[in-house]
Amino acid sequence: MIYEEISSESRTRRTLTGAARVLLALKMDGPLVTGLALTAAYGLVVLYSASTENLDIEVRTLMRLVLGTAVMLALARVSPNFLRRVSPWLYLIGIGLLLAVTVVGHVHLGAKRWLSFGPVRFEPSELMKLAVPMMCAWYLHERPLPPKWPTLLTLGAIILVPVGLVAKEPDLGTSALIAAAGALVVFLAGLRVRVIISLLLIGVLGAFFGLRYMHGYQRERLLTFLNPQADPLGAGYHIIQSQIAIGSGGVFGKGWMNGSQAQLDFLPERTTDFIFAVIGEEFGLLGLAALLLLYAFIIGRSLYLSMQTPDTFSRLLAGSLTLTFFVYVFINAGMVTGLLPVVGVPLPLVSYGGSSVVTVLAGFGILMSLHAHRKLMGS
Amino acid sequence: MSPVRIKDNWREQRIFDRRAIFAGAVMGLLALALFGRLYLLQVDRHEYYSTLSQENRVRTEPIPAARGLIMDRSGEVIASNQPTFQLELVPDEVPDLKGSLRRLVKLGLLQAEDIPELIRTIKSRRSFDSVPIRLHLSDEEVARFAVRRYEFPGIDIKPRQARWYPHGSLAVAAVGYVGTINEHDLKHINAAAYAGTAVIGKTGVEATYEKELHGVNGYRQILVDAQGRPVRRPGVFAKDLEIKAPVPGDDVILSLDLKVQRVAEQLLAGRPGAVVAIDPWNGNVIALASSPTFDPNLFARGISEQQYRALMDDPQRPLFNRALRAQLPSGSAIKPALALGALTDGVINPQLPVYSPWAYHLPGSRHLYHNAMHENCGSVDLSQAIIVSCDVYFYRLAHEMGIDRIGAWLPNFGFGRPTGIDIPGEQQGLSPSRAWKASHFRNPADRVWFPGDTVILGIGQGYFLVTPLQLAHYTSILATRGLSFAPRLVTGLRDPRTGKIHWKRPILDGDLTMISPASWKIVVNAMVGVTANPRGTAYWQMRGSPYAIAGKTGTAQVVAEDASGAASEREYKKDKTLERLRDDAWFIAFAPAEAPRIAVAVLVEHAGWGDVAAAPIARKIMDAYLLGPNGKLLPHPGRGRLSEPSGIKPRVDPGIPATPTPLQQQVAEASP
Repeated sequence: MIYEEISSESRTRRTLTGAARVLLALKMDGPLVTGLALTAAYGLVVLYSASTENLDIEVRTLMRLVLGTAVMLALARVSPNFLRRVSPWLYLIGIGLLLAVTVVGHVHLGAKRWLSFGPVRFEPSELMKLAVPMMCAWYLHERPLPPKWPTLLTLGAIILVPVGLVAKEPDLGTSALIAAAGALVVFLAGLRVRVIISLLLIGVLGAFFGLRYMHGYQRERLLTFLNPQADPLGAGYHIIQSQIAIGSGGVFGKGWMNGSQAQLDFLPERTTDFIFAVIGEEFGLLGLAALLLLYAFIIGRSLYLSMQTPDTFSRLLAGSLTLTFFVYVFINAGMVTGLLPVVGVPLPLVSYGGSSVVTVLAGFGILMSLHAHRKLMGS
Repeated sequence: MSPVRIKDNWREQRIFDRRAIFAGAVMGLLALALFGRLYLLQVDRHEYYSTLSQENRVRTEPIPAARGLIMDRSGEVIASNQPTFQLELVPDEVPDLKGSLRRLVKLGLLQAEDIPELIRTIKSRRSFDSVPIRLHLSDEEVARFAVRRYEFPGIDIKPRQARWYPHGSLAVAAVGYVGTINEHDLKHINAAAYAGTAVIGKTGVEATYEKELHGVNGYRQILVDAQGRPVRRPGVFAKDLEIKAPVPGDDVILSLDLKVQRVAEQLLAGRPGAVVAIDPWNGNVIALASSPTFDPNLFARGISEQQYRALMDDPQRPLFNRALRAQLPSGSAIKPALALGALTDGVINPQLPVYSPWAYHLPGSRHLYHNAMHENCGSVDLSQAIIVSCDVYFYRLAHEMGIDRIGAWLPNFGFGRPTGIDIPGEQQGLSPSRAWKASHFRNPADRVWFPGDTVILGIGQGYFLVTPLQLAHYTSILATRGLSFAPRLVTGLRDPRTGKIHWKRPILDGDLTMISPASWKIVVNAMVGVTANPRGTAYWQMRGSPYAIAGKTGTAQVVAEDASGAASEREYKKDKTLERLRDDAWFIAFAPAEAPRIAVAVLVEHAGWGDVAAAPIARKIMDAYLLGPNGKLLPHPGRGRLSEPSGIKPRVDPGIPATPTPLQQQVAEASP
């Protein structure tokens, strides 16, 4: 009896360690992978309703998830040292591609964002979401922290050149995310508080003057954010309808596939940027809370993993990737609920379309690589 | 010396950890803000957003009530409904109203000249109601619009019940017509109650009984998507959608006898005139016709500016309802009323023959008032004077009565006031008096009543004006020997759901009890003499009638009015003048004379003499009403499937024998 007990217990332990061994071999972090998988699954369920039962969209999202997972697995296996070494090259290639976009880019919906390689369309700005923090982390890796002024100026140039190129496409949302990814590296590197404050002031002033040079629709979005009721059928329509969707969902929601705002086409962009509102309408406050808890878990776990990485490059990059993920979630949720202006930022792992799923999972692949290889890094 | 670069990993780890924890705290705060926002939206303002979401997806669509039918006394339908397609527009949903209408003109679905009126109408209706902009689309037009539908947001084809008058112009003077609701109509109706209704009664019974015919519109809530298109999705979205069934309008039962109406209109066809026939015992209008007519379906289908112009510009004025609105001198048709007045007031001795030469002059005046044909009546008593319609006798009679007596008697017979018929638009004619003349003219010299004014009143000329309806009403008072019923077209309302009929009681609004039976006998017998006595003015037209007819001819002289509005006495010879200036012919009659069932007044404009033009029409109308297919008197003439139960028994004058033929003979034999 005792033997059996022990053996069953040890079998359990063996099984657990077996799964752990597989994850270890794959350089995966179990809790993080679980969080990502649950979020993606939740996203698929919501997307099925948001797309009004469009299986095509479902299959394509699944394919992107598979592709993203493959990229994640591949990147997780890559050594952090290699990642660090290729960072400047990746960055330079990214800049080159962005320049190429301005010359031979594919124009879609008034924006020049894509490069076509035969049937494959590629957004270089997605690459920069990873390349910029990698480059910043690489640059700071060699230098003492907290960074001094010359270092900061160089970093400013490293960040602003791609940000400017992407903003010119124009893609305000992505350029802001790239800027955030770079800036967060610098922040995590221990940028002094008074510098942060003065930079924020400069940023506010810059935004004030930048408003004058913005594209019409960008300025409109900002103004609409400030007063959505001014043009309820025009630019304010998105915000008003998404707030109606979320608000009418209440605590428990109208039920899966029963959100009238989403199902009857009142909610624009409901499979992509505004899918958060679909969750709010159909699953209510509880559904949103569940999603946000999943995100909180992913972010918390990632932050924990970043703190365990051994060197500056790894820490800064992993930390920045984590915080950027939070920025994605917060900007999207903020814009859909009317806290922030409407900028085209998808809800990570849930929104349909684009290469964003792949980029996000690639980021987590890098993060897990940085964590998993911590014991291998001697120097 | 360059500064030594020392990487202090432990210190950098500490910096990072502090920053990471700080970032974690900031993220926590932001997450809290987000939750606060979600709480505000989903808990605090949940009700508000639920309402907005409901309003987003639910549109209330009116269900127009079926308009009640209009039928004659035998149940024959005069106004019905027909399923048609019509083009409707929701102002709120049309981004470019003028542009859309202009493109509809290009598609040939609207007329360019109708656009301004249409825009006025659309602007005056509620912006979220569907406004009909084109009724009665043909199949081809429906197809033409359907393929371009996507170009016209907010405009759609709707299947509706449209008004349809199966007999065309028949009885339009009585029934009236419906037309598209315009700015003017909207001032009188509740826009909400008319949401979804395309047309409204404009004239006739359609207008008077608009409320009853219209019914109560219902509504249904439908689910729409963001483009406003109805969505068919069962279950959760549709479960709280409301529907309220419309209450159909009442069917209106008319007293009209379409058989008689048809005869009347056929006889009038081609010449301006009017016919009004009344059942004297209850005021039921048996036939009411105005000629020329027009097709009310034109209006029911939405008349175009061009068609309307054509009707308005027609010199014969088909839209002018002569039966109610033509105001003319009555001519000699007034003589029985004057005779009754004079007899009752004791002004004349009916048996006393009066020498009546070819002309009359007032004492002390050289102005001559001629007989109509300048004939010499010889020595005639009252009865003979009526039979041969001797003008000189009545010039004298009028002069002897005086304006004050005449002015008091005429209203007793319904003149100078509305008859009270239950359709709008009747004119009240003019019953002159000293007071009227004193107040009517601007020039003080014209305000004095001259004896000459009274003289010509004796033959129903001068200031005296009547409408065909008034004359028919007057005839019915003669027929009942004094009872006055307000003429009416509507006898009952039928609830189409239960089939129950609510009958309306006839309105008795006068009884001339002061006139003695003896007076009635003299005058009615004289009127029978008009048709039965070989010297009677309508003898040739009424010859051989199987029932006794009490009749009277009349000729309204067409007069040219001078600037002050006073009628001058210029007379035109009928064959030598333009048709437009010829005299108007009247004939009034009731029959059978001893127990009348029908009183009729016929007007033929510019026809010449009453006996020639109007009398045969009256005869055929009475024949159509009174006689069966075998040419014999019907036991219950005019009794239709939907006739109301008779409450009031005819009051037969005891002085008149019950059988018709002896009376005719008696009168014929007694005459000179």
